[in-house]
Amino acid sequence: MIRLSAAEMATKLAAGETTSVALTQLHLDRIAQVDGEVHAFLYLDTEGALLQAAAVDAKRAKGEKLAPLAGVPLALKDVMVQKGIPTTCGSKILEGWRPPYDATVVANLKNNDIVILGKTNMDEFAMGSSTENSAYGPTHNPWDLTRIPGGSGGGSSAALAAFEAPLAIGTDTGGSIRQPAAVTGTVGVKPTYGGVSRYGLIAFSSSLDQAGPCARTVLDAALLHEAIAGHDPRDATSINAPVPQVVAAAKAGDVKGMKIGVVKELNGAGYQPGVRARFEESLELLAKAGAEIIEVSAPNFEYALAAYYLIAPSECSSNLARFDAMRYGLRVGDLDGASAESVMSLTREVGFGKEVKRRIILGTYALSSGYYDAYYGSAQKVRTLITQDFTNAFTKADVLVSPTCPTTAFKIGEKANDPLAMYLNDIATIPVNMAGIGGMSLPSGLADEDGLPVGFQIMAPVMKDERMYLVGAALEAALLSKWGAPLLDQAPILGGRA
Amino acid sequence: MSTLSRDDVAKLADLARIQMSEEELVNLAQEFTVILDAVARVQEVASADVAPTSHPLPLRNVFRPDVVVPSLSPAAALSSAPAQEEQRFRVPQILGEE
Repeated sequence: MIRLSAAEMATKLAAGETTSVALTQLHLDRIAQVDGEVHAFLYLDTEGALLQAAAVDAKRAKGEKLAPLAGVPLALKDVMVQKGIPTTCGSKILEGWRPPYDATVVANLKNNDIVILGKTNMDEFAMGSSTENSAYGPTHNPWDLTRIPGGSGGGSSAALAAFEAPLAIGTDTGGSIRQPAAVTGTVGVKPTYGGVSRYGLIAFSSSLDQAGPCARTVLDAALLHEAIAGHDPRDATSINAPVPQVVAAAKAGDVKGMKIGVVKELNGAGYQPGVRARFEESLELLAKAGAEIIEVSAPNFEYALAAYYLIAPSECSSNLARFDAMRYGLRVGDLDGASAESVMSLTREVGFGKEVKRRIILGTYALSSGYYDAYYGSAQKVRTLITQDFTNAFTKADVLVSPTCPTTAFKIGEKANDPLAMYLNDIATIPVNMAGIGGMSLPSGLADEDGLPVGFQIMAPVMKDERMYLVGAALEAALLSKWGAPLLDQAPILGGRA
Repeated sequence: MSTLSRDDVAKLADLARIQMSEEELVNLAQEFTVILDAVARVQEVASADVAPTSHPLPLRNVFRPDVVVPSLSPAAALSSAPAQEEQRFRVPQILGEE
């Protein structure tokens, strides 16, 4: 049962073959069985989830019309605030904080009667590509427990791959939905910036952050996408336009006559052979399904990583100033006569981890007088050039594609002391955030050399998110008929029989 | 080649209100030499004729209807306060004694 897709679970619920309480309990049992090894969850809301499930079952019994995913369980990344539920963002500075309100994404989930199981692990304040920067210990990749599940949303991706939940919420600032999906053999979508409200998403880099759906199938991601998306007056950057018809696109899965542009700069040197082989194979399948494959060039993408590591730290140095030990969160050194400044400095020393401090200091430097033009100002110009590269490429192709990441999952600890090597993970995902367009990662198979999952990235123009789902569903169907079973069936079985 | 000294990092840490040990200051100064070299590449293409982009959406002055909605109760707002007094946040001393 827990290996079914969310859509299949929803069908069984609607047909009365199971109840949301039973389904929720199965997932709670699974979490109890395997999460000691995986560590996907930071907090489990057993009581709240079962109460929510019982309420959905009661509504169904009364014959009320329910949302498509009503009664299906979900794992929520701990970057999203949920009223009354401990929310840490992976940081000691928020340990024990219980938010007094719901994020709009959380309110939308509740309105759709999607059952929230608990909060998932992440790199502290979403800064990282491995979930090793969590103050609460790393999450382990279900494919190989000695490897990283990606980051920052490694808890959400691992929960899906370990069958602890069929759906999860992620947030993507430079690849934090797509890279974890790629290395765990799951599906992750970063919608167009502004497509999903940021209200209640603890801010890292406000002009890049975007929440989105994580799932095991393209259709499940689409169903969740439509559940959480839409205009929100509480987020001034929320797009006031109809939500793209992504569910219809995922059901259609048709690429006949579509032009698919392979980004020349996001392939080749630096990409693992197995990653390239799976990418080429997927291109052949898409061509066979009726798409036209062309090559496009985006010459400025090579500067995207550098620009990102100026823009994101700059915005974070400002956003994280709110953790000042005054109104909520940790407070250290509040002794008689201590100044507010010394309490702030001592609290932030203890409360923030190494990577967060590194980025705050880097951002403070990039924004400081005398260096602003050379660093932050130049990075903003690169952002313009990257957006122009996308605009040009989209005049030639309907969607663009690349491998999601240059490599498969690396070992926990392997890159922990080399920030630049760690940053390189996001080389293919970052341009999407810089331009605010949509990006999807779906599994394209296993690399021959290490037997680990490889991700295929699809990029679509602003508010044309449905194109990612058209292509993603077509590729997923072609791969499924090639494999004969879902990719995750090849993952090791954790905790005995699933 | 951009470099940051231990004292530069100490100044930045002070501006960012993060207390740091001597070891952290020295390590960060070393790391920054490498990181700044990598990120300084943006200057290669950031010519004067390129306009900067601060945000992906072309938005200006977004307004919503000014409707009164219920706000947090004082108890809810104070529920996670590190310290409180008389229904207010109690904070450390902000002004000097004088």
